[in-house]
Amino acid sequence: MTGPECRDVLLGVRNLSVHFRLRRGGLFGSRVTLRAVDDISFDVRRGSTLAIVGESGSGKTTTALAVARLIEPSAGQVMLAGHDLSTLDDAGLRRCRAEMQFIFQDPYSSLNPRLRAEDIVREPLRNLAANRQDRTGEGVESLFQAVGLRPEQRRLFPHQFSGGQRQRIGIARALASNPSLIICDEPVSALDVAVQAQILNLLRRLQAERDLTFLFISHDLGVVQYMCDDVAVMYMGKIVELAARRDLFESPRHPYTQSLLSAVPAVDPSRRGLARRALVQGDPSDPVNPPRGCRFASRCPMVRDICRTAEPRLTEVSPGHKVSCFAVAPGSEAVTACSPA
Amino acid sequence: MTDMANHDATTTPRPRHPAVEAFEMFTRNLSAIVGLVLLMLIILGAFLGPMLYPTDPFEMVWAPFTPPGQEGFLLGTDYLGRDLLAALLNGARVTLLVGASAALLSVCIGVTVGALSGYYSGFVEEALMRVTEFFQVLPTLLFCMVIVALFGTSLHMIVLAIGVVSWTGVARIARSEVMRIKQLEYVLAARASGATHSQIILFTILPNAMPPIIVQATLMVGSAILFEASLSFLGLTDPNVVSWGQVIGANRQYILDSSFAVTIPGLAIFVTVLAISLIGDGLNDALNPKLRRR
Repeated sequence: MTGPECRDVLLGVRNLSVHFRLRRGGLFGSRVTLRAVDDISFDVRRGSTLAIVGESGSGKTTTALAVARLIEPSAGQVMLAGHDLSTLDDAGLRRCRAEMQFIFQDPYSSLNPRLRAEDIVREPLRNLAANRQDRTGEGVESLFQAVGLRPEQRRLFPHQFSGGQRQRIGIARALASNPSLIICDEPVSALDVAVQAQILNLLRRLQAERDLTFLFISHDLGVVQYMCDDVAVMYMGKIVELAARRDLFESPRHPYTQSLLSAVPAVDPSRRGLARRALVQGDPSDPVNPPRGCRFASRCPMVRDICRTAEPRLTEVSPGHKVSCFAVAPGSEAVTACSPA
Repeated sequence: MTDMANHDATTTPRPRHPAVEAFEMFTRNLSAIVGLVLLMLIILGAFLGPMLYPTDPFEMVWAPFTPPGQEGFLLGTDYLGRDLLAALLNGARVTLLVGASAALLSVCIGVTVGALSGYYSGFVEEALMRVTEFFQVLPTLLFCMVIVALFGTSLHMIVLAIGVVSWTGVARIARSEVMRIKQLEYVLAARASGATHSQIILFTILPNAMPPIIVQATLMVGSAILFEASLSFLGLTDPNVVSWGQVIGANRQYILDSSFAVTIPGLAIFVTVLAISLIGDGLNDALNPKLRRR
């Protein structure tokens, strides 16, 4: 990557945190805080796709929901095309929603079973498009065409569609208000592989046709490699590595990313032997009570003494490639030392 | 283009509203149809009967305790010599109207309380659920009697009393349904589409929460009829209108001499409540999505 990173940034996330207050053990149990997303920052350039990958519970879906303010972030800023979303009230937020839409993971539970397909697609048009000056709300018919549904299917109900078709309805709904950013929360993980490819091709075609920017949440590295320009790897609420796709897949730096990539099965038999399996032991530690220092320290093959006492910061190791690891990025120690908290 | 692959030659099916499917399921259920037919007959009798058989139910027409079928009285006469068939036909309207409006009232209260406490967490939920629990632990019939005894025995007051004591079940069902539905993705999708909280509750969550509430409401018509009968039996009723429970209550002292004057309105209540329960069960099967695909 060349040039300053902030060149035409559509979505800027700064120090975003989402903490859940939980009550453990019934009515009189102690209150604990779950740091689902803890102080993460990233940018998404206009027209590009940033993937957030990570295992279950790493906070990637929470990040997506917090960016869209479908759950309230505890701290941090979300800047969409220069507007700060995190300080808007309900009415202001509703005006901004036209610019930012969401595609959900489960095509079965994300469509209201009592509405016809056309009403589902029309909902954002009705609620959001009227607030905009340009009023370029497209007709339901052209949206159906854009996502590959037949116009005569518009009066059907969700249960009359297949999974892939349902996800197309979800995509049409996301396109309806003519947004610039679409947040895709594992849009294909509930679909079978053949349909996955169709939906991914559709998303790519729409991105090219409509100059869309995607924030793409996934746990499937194959999908990520096919779809994305940049990748952020999350582990227990933190971004541990952030890089352009080629950099990340060709030279992963963080030990967690390395093990994640080595876990992808190779189809090509000649390459199977090449992949050095860097398996990590154990499970992620308790997210309610994370260890002091680096959260990956308990499973890390490259662990050092400092990892157990200080928390590493996301540090640039090569242009556009940021890693949060003491073993890989020596500079991260200095940053931790100067930072007040 | 691969993503156009679903443009195959299959014909588009007819749009089928979920409610239409539920109705078809309902019509395949024999006992529900029996209940529906019975209830239709009772409703017809209630509204056409007094016109076709215009005897005044308060008028003494013959000797007391004329057994059914004698002297031209199909169901006999009661302890004051009043025509029981006329009482039954006129009482049906009151009984059904009280049952239906009391059930409607308690559904309105219950759905409002349940939806608000299910959707909003925190203070609203806590406050509303404490109120619900307060009403739940009251002895219902006793509370009903107190209201009617204090504020008068007009039909409006009886409906109000029954409605006020019986909404808690609906509130709990509505609350649990709203809590289940509000965490589904289509509610998030509605928020992402810019819907306000009230739009989400009214147009997204409640239509999907209705099936169990409808079933409960149906069954509550039956229990409201029983409530009304109990109140009338105890004498807490509008003396200017006939109802089935009132006929039972008036004739109860003579049950050993002429049991028919008590048994006939009792049977009428039994058949009506049974018909409503059969319909309720049929609706439950028809609206339960887990049974639908069998």
